[in-house]
Amino acid sequence: MAISVKVMNRPEPEDTSYLRAALSGMALTFRHLVNPSKVTQQYPEEPTDLSPRWRGTHRMEVHADGRPKCVACGLCPTVCPANCIRLVGGEDDQGNRYPIVYEIDEFRCIFCGMCQEVCPVEAIHVGQHFENAEYTRSRFVYDLDRLMEQDHPTTLLWDPSDPSSE
Amino acid sequence: MESLQPISGPWALIAMSLKVTIIFGVLVLVVAYSTLAERRVSAWIQDRRGPNRVGPFGLLQPVADGIKNLLKEETLPATASKAFFVLAPIFVLVPSLMTFAVIPIAAPLPTPAGIVDMIIADVPIGILYVLAFSSLAVYGVVLGGWASNNKYAFLGGLRASAQMVSYEVALGLSLITVLMMSGNVTLTEVVWQQQQLGMWFAFPLSLAFILFVISAFAETNRLPFDMPEAESELVTGYHTEYSAMKFSAFMISEFGHMVTASALMATLFLGGWDLPGTWDDAFWHEGQLIRGFTQDGVIVLANPAWWKTVLTFGGFAIKTSFFMLLYIWIRWTLPRFRYDQVMALGWKVMLPTALAYAMLIGGTILVLDEVGIRWGFSYGLALTAVSGVATVGFIFFLDRGRTIIGAAGQSRQKISITGISQPATAGD
Repeated sequence: MAISVKVMNRPEPEDTSYLRAALSGMALTFRHLVNPSKVTQQYPEEPTDLSPRWRGTHRMEVHADGRPKCVACGLCPTVCPANCIRLVGGEDDQGNRYPIVYEIDEFRCIFCGMCQEVCPVEAIHVGQHFENAEYTRSRFVYDLDRLMEQDHPTTLLWDPSDPSSE
Repeated sequence: MESLQPISGPWALIAMSLKVTIIFGVLVLVVAYSTLAERRVSAWIQDRRGPNRVGPFGLLQPVADGIKNLLKEETLPATASKAFFVLAPIFVLVPSLMTFAVIPIAAPLPTPAGIVDMIIADVPIGILYVLAFSSLAVYGVVLGGWASNNKYAFLGGLRASAQMVSYEVALGLSLITVLMMSGNVTLTEVVWQQQQLGMWFAFPLSLAFILFVISAFAETNRLPFDMPEAESELVTGYHTEYSAMKFSAFMISEFGHMVTASALMATLFLGGWDLPGTWDDAFWHEGQLIRGFTQDGVIVLANPAWWKTVLTFGGFAIKTSFFMLLYIWIRWTLPRFRYDQVMALGWKVMLPTALAYAMLIGGTILVLDEVGIRWGFSYGLALTAVSGVATVGFIFFLDRGRTIIGAAGQSRQKISITGISQPATAGD
């Protein structure tokens, strides 16, 4: 087996000047010291840019008359790998199916986005939002009303024919 | 009418108490804020912003740090030597804050009761006091390392003792030139002689200035000489086992040493509180506050004023901050020396250079005095020329005799690839 040895062409210690390297280093750090452009993002003051494919807090799309678009088909609780969606479907007088109970446990959710992918009526979405801190654990189970109240942008689904979203 | 006599009687006691309280308070405040300055400057150097959450611009960060350190749990290793473990931070902290007492911080302040010197203790042994107390700090470091009963802390303590003792020699020897120039060891006289010379000692004693700055970095255990801490090798060295306020005491003492060393460098080599011009010069000469002498040796009385005190204190603060910034700037630029490199630099470069330079300056002063040049600007210029040659020679030596091409670039031409077996060719 061939072992390749990369010989680093380093100067001998007797030939190197610590002084020169130190001074150029000082110049470099001074340039950075006075350079006003910093990489730190002042997060709470400056809103952070999320990717259009960022998968965060869910939201439920609503019809113009305020009803949820969900038809309680049961696909999302079936596909959910974390088993975090609880759905109890019902039917109204016209025979339209609608969700009686629709709850998502945001703690269990792994934000894979498969609920959005599988939804036939584009009702449930993951969204470009992550600031969902609460004081109690029970508040992390989002019920249907709360999902419908969310107004952040929804996530752009990944398109296999356009992998880099161009 | 304000008297030009030094303050005396009960007013002197009041003035002294006020000076001690204010200078100590300001020193502790400056130490606290230099921790913030270090964090902010390090952040800026690394293109970050640094702590800016607590208070406006993060100005309350030291307060938050203090509260945090007071409330944290004090750990005491089971195998530690308890008495010495507790004593060590005190041994480090006290000398670092005491040294400031002999450093003059501004021009004398006239008050209705008399003139107040802006120095806590104008003791006749000034520089010797500084050297004595800065050496005492090493006991605390060694004690802390030993009492922790931890091998890393112990190694840190050992390194600290070796390093601080080694560099103390070069520090003291580079100071000898300053003492020869000022003819006295009191720091007020050092400032006065710089005023009389018309230039700060950084120019006529440029090499001593460089040596002193390097030695002071080693004395305060700051990078690139932070062998006692060396967090990549020794966890954090001598204060590995310390927590909460005891750890904080070590940090305060490190910054206290930095502030004191900065003030000392400003005083010894940048004229202390002296500002350019002779308007602010003041010195006690035979019971009178004088500004200088005329050509015939007649005394010119000084004219102290409160605004001169304020301005000169501003000058002193700017000079000290410059060295503080230098400390921080170098810390976040240079990597740590290897231990043998520290020792080699101290004993093989700094010590002989300081010795030779002391002899050179001594000889030059002797020649200048024999020739009969008055202590003044031309005297300083002659010494500046001699020191300039010595400094250029020292830098030329440190730079391995090169002045044009970068060292690495030049040696790259020299190194040929040898000792690597080439694949056998048909001719062999």
